[in-house]
Amino acid sequence: MSRWQFLPVTFGVVLAMTAGLSAADKAEDYGIPQVATINEKIRLGWEDYGISPSPEEIDTVWARRLFLDVLGRVPSVEELNEFQRDRGKDKKKNLVDKLLFDEKYAEEYARNWTTIWTNVLIGRNGGTDNNSQISRPGMQKYLRDSFARNKPYDQMVKELVTATGANTPGMPNFNGAVNFYMDKLAEDGVQATAKTAQIFLGMQVQCTQCHNHPFNEWKQEKFWNMNAFFRQTRAQRGQMPVGGDDNMRAMTLNNVDFMGEGRNINNAEIYYELRNGLLKVAYPEFLDGQKIPTSGRVSEVNRRDELAKFIVDSENLPEAIANRYWGHFLGYGFTKPVDDMGPHNRPTHPELVSYLGEEVRNNSFNLKDLIRWITLSEAYGLSSRITKANALDDPTVGEPPKFSHFYLRQMQAEQLYESLLVATEAHKTRGNYEAQEKKKSEWMRQFVTAFGTDEGDEATTFNGTIPQALMMFNGDLVMDAVSTKQGSFIHRMAAEGRDGKEAINHLYMATVARRPTRNELQAANYLIGVHKGDMAKAMQDVFWALLNSNEFILNH
Amino acid sequence: MSFAPQGMTRRHFMSHMAGASAMIAPSLMMGSAIQANAQELKKRGKSCIMLWMGGGPSTMDIWDLKPGTNTGGPFRPISTKGDLQISEHMPMTAKVMDNLSVVRSMSTREADHGRGRYYMHTGYVPNPNIEHPSYGSVIAHELASDHNELEIPPFVSVGGGSVGPGFLGMSWAPFTVSSSGQVRNLGMKGWGNETLQSRLEMLRLIEGGFVNQNRGPAAMDHAKILDKTVKLMTSDQMKAFKVNEEPEEMKELYGQDGFGRGCLLARRLVEAGVPFIEVDLGGWDNHQNIFNTLADNKLPVLDRAMSALVTDLKQRGLLESTTIVWMGEFSRTPRINGNTGRDHWARSWSTVVGGGGINGGIAVGETSSDGTRVETEPYSSEDLMATVCRAMGISLDTTFTSKSGRPMKIANGGKVIKELIA
Repeated sequence: MSRWQFLPVTFGVVLAMTAGLSAADKAEDYGIPQVATINEKIRLGWEDYGISPSPEEIDTVWARRLFLDVLGRVPSVEELNEFQRDRGKDKKKNLVDKLLFDEKYAEEYARNWTTIWTNVLIGRNGGTDNNSQISRPGMQKYLRDSFARNKPYDQMVKELVTATGANTPGMPNFNGAVNFYMDKLAEDGVQATAKTAQIFLGMQVQCTQCHNHPFNEWKQEKFWNMNAFFRQTRAQRGQMPVGGDDNMRAMTLNNVDFMGEGRNINNAEIYYELRNGLLKVAYPEFLDGQKIPTSGRVSEVNRRDELAKFIVDSENLPEAIANRYWGHFLGYGFTKPVDDMGPHNRPTHPELVSYLGEEVRNNSFNLKDLIRWITLSEAYGLSSRITKANALDDPTVGEPPKFSHFYLRQMQAEQLYESLLVATEAHKTRGNYEAQEKKKSEWMRQFVTAFGTDEGDEATTFNGTIPQALMMFNGDLVMDAVSTKQGSFIHRMAAEGRDGKEAINHLYMATVARRPTRNELQAANYLIGVHKGDMAKAMQDVFWALLNSNEFILNH
Repeated sequence: MSFAPQGMTRRHFMSHMAGASAMIAPSLMMGSAIQANAQELKKRGKSCIMLWMGGGPSTMDIWDLKPGTNTGGPFRPISTKGDLQISEHMPMTAKVMDNLSVVRSMSTREADHGRGRYYMHTGYVPNPNIEHPSYGSVIAHELASDHNELEIPPFVSVGGGSVGPGFLGMSWAPFTVSSSGQVRNLGMKGWGNETLQSRLEMLRLIEGGFVNQNRGPAAMDHAKILDKTVKLMTSDQMKAFKVNEEPEEMKELYGQDGFGRGCLLARRLVEAGVPFIEVDLGGWDNHQNIFNTLADNKLPVLDRAMSALVTDLKQRGLLESTTIVWMGEFSRTPRINGNTGRDHWARSWSTVVGGGGINGGIAVGETSSDGTRVETEPYSSEDLMATVCRAMGISLDTTFTSKSGRPMKIANGGKVIKELIA
């Protein structure tokens, strides 16, 4: 156990650590070798730079982080209380295991990772436009089933890359995985090529379709070799499911024989244009040079099946997922962006990336294992308060992240939505899954702008600027949350006759996972006075202020 | 410090809170809204309107036609009121081209949407280690002091996403609104100023506790955003966004579509003193069926709104102080592809600038007869940005310091396109 774990952790105390940590300073690893190795390799980085970590975060705030990152919402007051009742040395491990493996959290775990992966695979806009071939519910159903069953990641990737079938739930031969490629097949599958490499292999190749990339090793030829794997893939109109509505666009993804652009199916080649206007020929070839037979007949060679094998065997796959998940939990990946890895963009901790990649493969691509290692690591448990001894570690100025303190980040809009439901205990009376998701996605739309390009890129205004502040000040969601009308959260709490202190404590725990300071408590009491003892009104003001605070909006 | 809730006056409460959150600046002052009237705003400084064509418009079908060549496509050139010809599908704009000039010798290297959007908005190629500020943030930052009375954010993005403030920080982020000028959640529903005030004081106390614990600049920025938001909620100037209150003839002049409405809103925002407005018209990623799409859909919308904007600004005496920039992230291949479309092309293309500080009515630079090469001095995003900054009176010696202490020249040290400077 590290010596600094025993130091008192109180607000306002800045702990300056001396540089140079001895081998004796071993952080808690819960007997998990991967955690021990992460800790060791991150510590090496601190030593190299002569910096010391921030103190450990207080337990309840750490738990808030964990709930936000694993389940996509803040913990409820009861959940925090339960956690605090565990006085054992392994309380953090127990909580991580509970969120990952307890039946009680299975649906929420699947919901959160479905949200995250839907955004990765088809974007926040994917399938929301009437002209889109994507069925967003179809994509989500596939992902929800996958995460609920904790499908090994390599299997999930294989299913996505090779998918055929109908896109919309209820259609015969439904396979929601097809939605990943559904809108990416225009222009001979340029987007399918680019997104497959970017998302699963951490390689950004989109620029190389037209020219050799100026600073990564990807060459135009490789792009088109990779692209050739997608030429047997067709999106076709499908049969509408019974009871389907007009907004549905029933489509299927099929593998069909590819004649080749030279019209020789036994040697089905494609052509691409060099910048000098000359045409060059390309055949399916993976980025490491592995080739497959050139027949275009699906019965002889199924090109996407072959591609999936290459991807699953590649060392890029486990490293890319380790990098992506590290970035999710720590705020920065080992590369920035997480899906652009390669010699042109050196990872901050190269040994750790390759170690985690190997361990992901050795552990059957079990994503819950990966989450367990990362969330139990020392770095994930550090305070977000910057100390003098680690002020240099500031990735916002372009420094490579060293993970010596927890990096602040905006809650995602989806996390805010779910958190508000939990903080106001509205989650206890929610409708069915589909209805909830529909409501959430309608609310989400106010923040999403599509750029209207074939790549489907988009921007969000849920980014801490004025539109977001206005929404938090006056928006329906927050107005509902702080409502004092009959049956509302505040009405119930005030009616239960809790005394002021208990109620205010409750509000603080529900939002920022800590108790109010003495000043804050006094100020809240003053507000009770202002409202002439009307508890509900005072609580409303305090709750509004808490929801609008940095401390609530940020994952910290 | 002791705190006696019972016997305390409101004034004490406030001062106590102020002490607890002294680190936050500026204060969340209520009632600071200056009731500025439209006349006073006439003293307003310069503005810039960027018409952003998301997706990469085919400039050789709009501004630099090559009729009768393999690459030229079916459109014919027409004469304009300036000293240049443009596409037959831009007849109304042709009549105001004496105020606008085309840079026909743009040559850039970013032919990916994301990278191109970033590069054309900032003058810098994307770099994973640093985020550069975009046009709107740079110009708003430089001109903010000339717009002291402004309570609307100085960089408004209409109907689109734009590119952010980078290392200049959240205060210079685009304020994004729909083209109808709708600002969501502006009104306090059923709660008054009094309530807002006590809630804000409570909020300040909580914020102070958090920020004072050294959480870095993002946490500090939040307080500034809250301040600006309160100002916005209580500001009379927000009337500028009520674009639907314009007379029907005016709406008709600009076009009854999102882009037309956005351009009309841009003019209102210029009148209100906003230094930078970006209006988005997407849908130029025409890999297929490009000529029908341009002739039937995109160009009529662009032509009407762009010409109306120039005309309207001029009639109001605002064109002299308002610089206009028209551009996308790149253009499209001279070669017409198998789907009667054009693909991404950045090596030889056009942008348009005009209005305040810019010589109108000329074409700068030339491309080869098939449009595949620039034959005169090539211009970059940096050069265009430097030209716009110069036209607006912003010194090109201005240097920003990124958070890591790296000095960074405004417009990335681009060179001014001399023919354009009045």
